[in-house]
Amino acid sequence: MSHTPEPPERSKSDTTTRFVSGQDSYIRRRLLISKLFSWTCRGVTYSALMILLILLGSVFWTSTGRIALDFVTNTNSSDPLKAGMLAGLWGSFWLILFTALFSIPIGVGAAVYLEEMAKESFIVRVIRVNLSNLAGVPAIVYGMVGYTVFRTSAAALVVWFDGQHAINVLGLFRLRLSKLPIYEDNVLVGALTMSLVILPTVIIASQEALRAVPGSIRVASLALGATRWQTIWRQVIPAALPGISTGVILSMSRAVGEAAPLIMIGALTVTSLCPGGIDSPAKLVTNPDRILKAPLDQFTAMPIEIYDWSKQPDARYAAVAASGIVVLLVVLLTFNAAAIVLRYYASRSLRW
Amino acid sequence: MSAIPSRMSVPPSVAGVDRDLDMSAHPAAISVQGMNFYYGENQVLFDVTLKVPERSVTALIGPSGCGKSTFLRTLNRMNDLIEGTRCTGECLVEGQNIMDPAVDVVLLRKHVGMVFQKSTPFPKSIFDNVAYGPRVAGEKNRSVLADLVESCLRKAALWEEVKDRLTAPAMALSGGQQQRLCIARTLATNPKIILMDEPASALDPASTDRIENLIGELCANYTIVIVTHNMQQASRVSHQTAFFFKGMLIEAGPTMKIFTSPSEKQTEAYITGRFG
Repeated sequence: MSHTPEPPERSKSDTTTRFVSGQDSYIRRRLLISKLFSWTCRGVTYSALMILLILLGSVFWTSTGRIALDFVTNTNSSDPLKAGMLAGLWGSFWLILFTALFSIPIGVGAAVYLEEMAKESFIVRVIRVNLSNLAGVPAIVYGMVGYTVFRTSAAALVVWFDGQHAINVLGLFRLRLSKLPIYEDNVLVGALTMSLVILPTVIIASQEALRAVPGSIRVASLALGATRWQTIWRQVIPAALPGISTGVILSMSRAVGEAAPLIMIGALTVTSLCPGGIDSPAKLVTNPDRILKAPLDQFTAMPIEIYDWSKQPDARYAAVAASGIVVLLVVLLTFNAAAIVLRYYASRSLRW
Repeated sequence: MSAIPSRMSVPPSVAGVDRDLDMSAHPAAISVQGMNFYYGENQVLFDVTLKVPERSVTALIGPSGCGKSTFLRTLNRMNDLIEGTRCTGECLVEGQNIMDPAVDVVLLRKHVGMVFQKSTPFPKSIFDNVAYGPRVAGEKNRSVLADLVESCLRKAALWEEVKDRLTAPAMALSGGQQQRLCIARTLATNPKIILMDEPASALDPASTDRIENLIGELCANYTIVIVTHNMQQASRVSHQTAFFFKGMLIEAGPTMKIFTSPSEKQTEAYITGRFG
């Protein structure tokens, strides 16, 4: 005997309910709009991707006319088949090295001050608000600042040191300096200018990373008799390091790709000079005295060289410019990969 | 019929806690006189006067927002971290008024340790967590640190569970273990007084039980002040109980007296669960 209740008898109206689309014109219209919208979004996304792929493809295709191993071992040349990027690579290397030396301590220090130490005041609020404005200022403007401040100072230094290889110290003795040629468009001027360009980004990224460190860690550290400085140095900064380093590396990759501020301060365009005459890693060891010369020497950088090649009337330079872009892209991708790897490994030990 | 529980209905205390302690016979570790506390214009503590006897447990009870946590945090000046707070009155620790601006809060906090509601292990190894306090105080000798870490973990009843994995990340411990680690970490700075802000409120009953027994053991050598929402807990672990209400200290006395024959109507109402 079954006790399952009989389903109630369906009335006529029940049978007319259909859960199949296409029955009602109003619903049909709504579904159509919904589909149109999703296809538009898809189209916009994929067309942007397509444009990027076409660009990259054409760059790679054009670069086949020149790219070879000697492209990164040769310096610039009037023969497009011999022109290489060595000077730009070394120039960018020194530029980034000193940009990092200037911008990381200042940027992270400023972020620590603003996030951890500064009491809420009018001036602090003004700085906070304007940091994001500064991050949006075009790089060429920083180039102008760099020209007026740093290049002019360097020019004054050049005049001051001109021909002097010995300085009279308080009339007591003469300090002999090794012959150190100084140029007014040197690597340090470029690095200081580039530091201005990326400092707002470095500070903002570091601030975000510091803000993500739970306050309970700070309170617990202070409650154990740590000073404010010990708390920041031993707890807060290590915990924020993955975020800070990612921000710093991404800023650095921006600095590698910027040409405008460097052109503004008058960096060399057509040159086969590597700063300090160091054109191979071996010379860093064999001629260490040149390391001192490099920061005060003239330089060029990868994006400047690319810009210069692309302006050449000889059509064969197009392949050289494209090869330059490929090398620059490889360097940038290496930076970004480093950021990802660093973030992964540094954040493994940090779990709240 | 009175709703006040009889002595028999108060839960038994943990070992080491005498709830009929004669407070006047004990020297005071902390002596607070006429303390007022303000968040900006808003006064949250009114004329609080309390003596905490040495090597005993004092429980602070009261409904949420009654000022008991604020009071606890004034005892090692943790409120200094919040901008716009102000405190008046006198708070003697070891005979010195810690409200004095000349007091070095870093030294004070070494002397008056604190354990928080949410366990906050640093994202480091178990060893480094316990060794943090001595290290920031300048201890570098590896063997001294190792001995200290072991003795503190033993005192916090955690040694047996972690002795084989001192280099493991502290975050991998369970909630109860993390809280005991935080107690061990506090002990490592060699404090005389330990403040506990609801140390067991985020733990399961078994872990809570361990923490309570631990408090019973620690009070032989340390002065403990504990804030708790759990009145059974207050009655189990404390020698003295202080009842706060609306920023005022309504009543303080031996725990057994507060729980069985409170002098104030409000205390009685709170103890018997008529509000709070």
